[in-house]
This record gives sequence, structure tokens and C-alpha cells, in this order.
Amino acid sequence: MNFGNILLMMFSAILVENFIFAKFYGCCPFLGVSEKPDTALGMGMAVTFVMTVSGAVTWVVYECLLVPFGLEYLQTVAFILVIAALVQFIEMFLRKFIPALYNALGIYLPLITTNCAVLSAALLAVQKSYSFIEAVCFGFSAALGFTLAITVFAGVRSRMQNADPPRAFKGFPLTLITAGLLAMAFSCFSGVKL
Amino acid sequence: MQISDVLIPVGIFAALGVLFGVLLAVASKVFAVKVDERIPAVLENLPGANCGGCGYSGCSALAEAIVKGEASPNACNGCSAAGLRKIGEIMGMEVADPVPLHAQVKCSGNCHTAVFKYRYEGARDCIAAERMGGGDKVCANGCIGLGTCVAACKYDAIRVVDGLAVVDTAKCIGCGACANLCPKHLIAMIPAKSKYDVLCRSVENGATTRRQCAVGCISCRICEKNCPAGAVTVNNFVASIDQNKCTGCGICAEKCPRKIIKRID
Repeated sequence: MNFGNILLMMFSAILVENFIFAKFYGCCPFLGVSEKPDTALGMGMAVTFVMTVSGAVTWVVYECLLVPFGLEYLQTVAFILVIAALVQFIEMFLRKFIPALYNALGIYLPLITTNCAVLSAALLAVQKSYSFIEAVCFGFSAALGFTLAITVFAGVRSRMQNADPPRAFKGFPLTLITAGLLAMAFSCFSGVKL
Repeated sequence: MQISDVLIPVGIFAALGVLFGVLLAVASKVFAVKVDERIPAVLENLPGANCGGCGYSGCSALAEAIVKGEASPNACNGCSAAGLRKIGEIMGMEVADPVPLHAQVKCSGNCHTAVFKYRYEGARDCIAAERMGGGDKVCANGCIGLGTCVAACKYDAIRVVDGLAVVDTAKCIGCGACANLCPKHLIAMIPAKSKYDVLCRSVENGATTRRQCAVGCISCRICEKNCPAGAVTVNNFVASIDQNKCTGCGICAEKCPRKIIKRID
């Protein structure tokens, strides 16, 4: 795959196959941490950071450890283990060397351990038999798509707080309807032929 | 199938687990960060109930905020006066003695006196019930009585009697955790020395309230006219007592035709 193809793959991961709106991965933080644009952006940054690094590490674990021993069927367990350990490690590392980033990401960093978007990025990269560079780029761009989705959604939600909807729609129901409308808007990208 | 088919994966995963374990253990030593020693000192003087009444996620989060200067040293309502003084010493500030508060549920409509509009059989949680058309009582301001406040109380100071939350003022430390959670915003934090309070918050007019509840405030203003200290006022169809002006004479409670002004200490 050449450079142009990688760019195409990244574009597709961000918009066409957006993790939240097209694949419905990572809906939990999408609904849970999207009340304010600032925190949503923080969450998005944390996910981007972890997903890129985990894309690289899980690729190495898969190719160098699971494939030689014929253990591909254990990939899910192995990846969960790797991601959990990685998140812990990154948290400690950031706290020591980049405290500004650590404070900005705050509690969202440990939450990512259980974010299925991170796991599915690793699994998809293996499924599509990406090379190392592609796996890293895929993780990064899928996370960018996640960040885009959650930030846009948080912007809409923060505007909606001033609205006075009918009582039955107040709060969570309206949030879900908004998410559905946004997903429909994003579905127009599926017309892009790549 | 051979035994090695099992042993190899187990071995690899055990090795992977040990590797990560050692790596994290080493990392936690290498990347250890010095924590401000005042944080554990402040934490020691907080009640440690993690009630969340201060607005932070727990006592340790508040301790950190106090040391950073984001929260004031007396931000904890549940803290003893001695504890607050100690925190003041640690931070090098004078801390005024706190006004002790306690929670008061501003509703008297239990399952015998309030009128119900449907039978609720959902999750035993007020916030869930509130979403079902505002709860099962006709009164839009009444206590739902499913005990979300009871679950929030770390001091066992609130319980539900006949479908109405009641605060045990002897146990309540005034942290405010229940008041933060109540979906009806029915729980008020009032000075602990308060003698009387209006146990209703219905903002409907008198006739409507009369239909909704046998013990709702009908804004007749008898309490307002009879209070010698001018502490009782009726606003928005509901009486309220200014606890700073109230002398505790009890005339309002005597005169109230609905008997919803009650002695609470």
C-alpha cells in the first residue's frame, strides 16, 4: 500500500466508516462524556493518544507473539491485556513527564481501558491484515473520527441545554434522538466511493 | 489435541501477565510523583465519608482542591469544627466556625394524604420515577418517596416513612448529598438551630393544591399575618420561613389550618 492509499484509508476511517456513527463503537463515552465541548475534546484527545500507541503495540504482540505460536484465536484476550497495561503505563508516564497533558486528560485516561473503540481498532487492523505503519495510521485516524464525532455532539448538546423541550423528551431521550440525527447526517459519507 | 496446545497459550499468557506486572511495578517506582504532603494531612481531618456534598467526587478530591486553593478550607459541611480549624492551620488560614446545617424534606404528603395519579412499578429510584411523568403523585412538587436520598446518605440519617422521606436531625451532619440528588429539589439545607419549617413546596394555587394533597400549602397567608417577627412570607403560592428572623415562637404552626408548619428540632 502506498502513501496515497494510506491517506485514503485514513479519510475513510475518519468520515466514511466513522467509529461512532457508522460502526457504533465507543457509544458509552460518546453519550457519557459529551455534556461539555471541553471535556469531550479531552476525552477525544485521550482516546487518540491511547488508540495510536495501542495500534502499534497490539500489532507487535499479534505478529511477533500470537502468529508464530498459532494463537490468533486468543487475540481478544491478549489485546485487552495489552491495552489495560498500556493505559496504566501511559498514565504513570504522563503524570511524571507531561503533567500538563495528564491534568488535561484527567480521569478520562483510565476510563479508556474499557472503551471498546480502542479494542475494535486493534482487532480491525489485524482482521484487515494491515502493515505496522497502516495499523498505527488506522488507529490514529479512527480515533480522530471518534474525537470529531464526540466534539460535534457535545457542541449540539451544550446548545440544547438552553432549549425547553416537551417534558417527555427532556434529558436523555432528546440526547439519543440527537445522536440518531447526527448519525444520519454522517451516513451521507457512505456515498463516497473509495 | 495435545497437552502442548493448552500449555503453550497458558505459558505465553502467564509470561505476558508477569511481564506487564513487573513493567508496571517498575514504572510505578520510576515514575513516582511527589505528592504535596498537605493533601494527606487535610484528608485526615475530613470526615472520610466520600458523600460528595461538597461537589467534588470524594474527600480526597476535596483535599486536593483545598490544597490547590480551588476550594475554601471550610468547603466541607460534614466536618467537625475541630477538623475545620485543623485544616485551617494546615493551610495557614483562619477558618470561621461553621454554621451547622441539616437537611429538611419540604413535603408532608405521604401515601395517606397525597393524591396519586397512577401506580408506579418501575425501578425503585426517584430519578427513574421522575422521568415517568414526574412521579406517581399528582402534586408535581411532592416527595416521590422511593429513597434516592436514603441511598445517598452515608450517615443513615434519612429514611422513607409511608412514602415520604424523613430526616433524622440527630444523625444528619448537613453534607447536602441528598439535596444534590433529589430530582424534585425538595430537600433544603437549613440551619440546624431552626425550630419550625414549612413542610410543603407546592407552587400551585390554593384550589389546585387542595385537590392534590390533604396537607399542601394553600397560601392562605394566615402564618404571614400572624408572625410577630415577620419571618414568614408567602411567595409563589407557598409559605417559607426566614430562619435568621424566626424566633421559634410557634404561632405560625398553631395557626396553620393545614398543619404543615411543624416543629422540626
